[in-house]
Amino acid sequence: MPKTLFEKIWESHLVAEEKDGRSLLYVDRHLVHEVTSPQAFDGLRMNRRKVRRPDLTFATMDHNVPTSDRSLPIVDQISAKQIQVLERNCKEFGITLFDIHSPNQGIVHVIGPELGITLPGNTIVCGDSHTSTHGAFGALAFGIGTSDVEHVLATQCIWMDMPKTFEIKVDGKRKNPHAITAKDIILSIIREIGTAGGVGTVMEYRGEAITDLTMEQRMTICNMSIEAGARAGLIAPDEKTFQYLKGRRHIPKNYDELVDFWRENLSTDGGAHFEKSFTLNVNSMAPQVSWGTNPAMTTDVTGTVPFPEEYAKGNPDEEKAAIKALQYMDLKPGTPMTDISLDRVFIGSCTNSRLEDLIEASRVIKGKKVSPKVRAMIVPGSQLVKRQAEEIGLDKIFKEANFEWRESGCSMCLGMNPDILARGERCASTSNRNFEGRQGAGGRTHLVSPIMAAAAAIEGHFVDVRELDMI
Amino acid sequence: MKSFKTIKSIATPFDKVNVDTDQIIPKQFLKLVQKTGFGQYLFYDWRFEKDGKPRSDFILNDPKYRNSKILLARDNFGCGSSREHAAWALLDYGFVAIIAPSFADIFYDNCFKNGILPIKVDGEELEMLFKNDSEIEVNLETQTIKTDRTTMPFEIEKYRKKTLLEGLDEIAITLQCEDRISQYEKKSGLYN
Repeated sequence: MPKTLFEKIWESHLVAEEKDGRSLLYVDRHLVHEVTSPQAFDGLRMNRRKVRRPDLTFATMDHNVPTSDRSLPIVDQISAKQIQVLERNCKEFGITLFDIHSPNQGIVHVIGPELGITLPGNTIVCGDSHTSTHGAFGALAFGIGTSDVEHVLATQCIWMDMPKTFEIKVDGKRKNPHAITAKDIILSIIREIGTAGGVGTVMEYRGEAITDLTMEQRMTICNMSIEAGARAGLIAPDEKTFQYLKGRRHIPKNYDELVDFWRENLSTDGGAHFEKSFTLNVNSMAPQVSWGTNPAMTTDVTGTVPFPEEYAKGNPDEEKAAIKALQYMDLKPGTPMTDISLDRVFIGSCTNSRLEDLIEASRVIKGKKVSPKVRAMIVPGSQLVKRQAEEIGLDKIFKEANFEWRESGCSMCLGMNPDILARGERCASTSNRNFEGRQGAGGRTHLVSPIMAAAAAIEGHFVDVRELDMI
Repeated sequence: MKSFKTIKSIATPFDKVNVDTDQIIPKQFLKLVQKTGFGQYLFYDWRFEKDGKPRSDFILNDPKYRNSKILLARDNFGCGSSREHAAWALLDYGFVAIIAPSFADIFYDNCFKNGILPIKVDGEELEMLFKNDSEIEVNLETQTIKTDRTTMPFEIEKYRKKTLLEGLDEIAITLQCEDRISQYEKKSGLYN
């Protein structure tokens, strides 16, 4: 019987299947960070348990690390403690840690792939919902809570009910690939299927507009699968995938052999059945900007802030939510998106902080200055991204334009470190969540692509980047 | 984990869709390294004014619901971040059951790991519960929600019911599969 890629990975990782329907899956890679792990390590200690496979477990600190000068001590004492606790736990349990001073430190979902820890056909878990990012490599990757972090540390396995399969078919060719990005594709998908559209499913992205994407762009797509509620996002690996990983630090010695195996085995068979399916065409897609307080509340940059009843399409709960969202965002229905002025711009996060994102942003920044009304910052996803950007002179372009060029971390995506919005501030952000208060209590977030954020920083309001000469 | 006992309590009606875990427990409170003490920060930015005073228009601050153990919610409750701190905060505050038409996947799992029972109830029954003003009883053993007027059954996966009722340690159960885990490692070993 023809099978989907998800079914193949699932079946090859089954350790046990119980009659009651749940399955015990083996975990190939476990990624750990400072915020969701302390209680898990405590649990191990309390029960005198060991980490079963420290060699398959990798840790870094990203969520609450400051992005200012790394030679200075951390001012926030509670953050400092959480970081020390991770250091101590990794030492005690024998886990590889890329600490705050490591040349490989970075956002966990940026460093996994760039170090070759993420591999096709893997099962990957991490105490972070954006673990779905790694699905771009054809890995079954999902976020888990702290109890499951403890469970995986102790057993290298996880209990799961088998998710359903959901095909997301993305057809067509983007008219201007610099202006219409992977971010615009995934925001368009979420806008259509809603923030709960993918609940209980693994979404496999397929079609010409997906295979066209680079690996970094595919990561942006899979990253936001969780914003549609999906357990995981998945893209079948191809030659781009194998080329991207080749020579990376942690790939297995038998890499070439594995590539042959992956090429043979890691794709959805012709005629395989998906339980749900959704199709989107990118031919006439416009750059996307979110207007509300969840990622589905998004519209074209050429559009206007919607009226709640128009957005809700007859659903009274959604209408109430939209009214509340507009109140929180301080926006009036009918306002053109390009009339929205900004106080802050944030380019970073596990969604959009990789080298290609920074190169794209630099296209509209080069030789320009950030609007005097705007404070703009760029936070590279990892120390490696930062070094690579500096090697090609991007830092100079950004700094000359008055962007802050910072150290790597999650930063203002969730504002656990000092990088936060003040109450009432409005921000164009390349991150993944525009929830109330996400970037700082009372802060207002608009989700956009890196090039849209960069152009907004220069102009002080949103612009349709398709109209700019340089792209 | 404590085993789940039948509860009788007034239910707090939380009339909002897509409540995300960033609201349930805002990020400024994720830096604690233990599992307790999060209740005081539950729904912090909605529950308190800027100066820290309780907001009178927020449902949890209504004295009527002060000792409520059951939260009544709308679609896609617990979406967003995987932070288990959301479950810890709800439990620490006093909620042991959450009734909603649907839950986000990771949050749903996290509830069970902490002895919270998330119950899926839809349509008319849900509206009935939202209108109900007196105590209701949640019985996991019989899989029923009882109001003054009616008894409604609910579905739950068998193994989840057993884990909650007996307060089982899931890791201990899995470690009994040690043979099978080792066997898998020997047989596969593709990536490790």
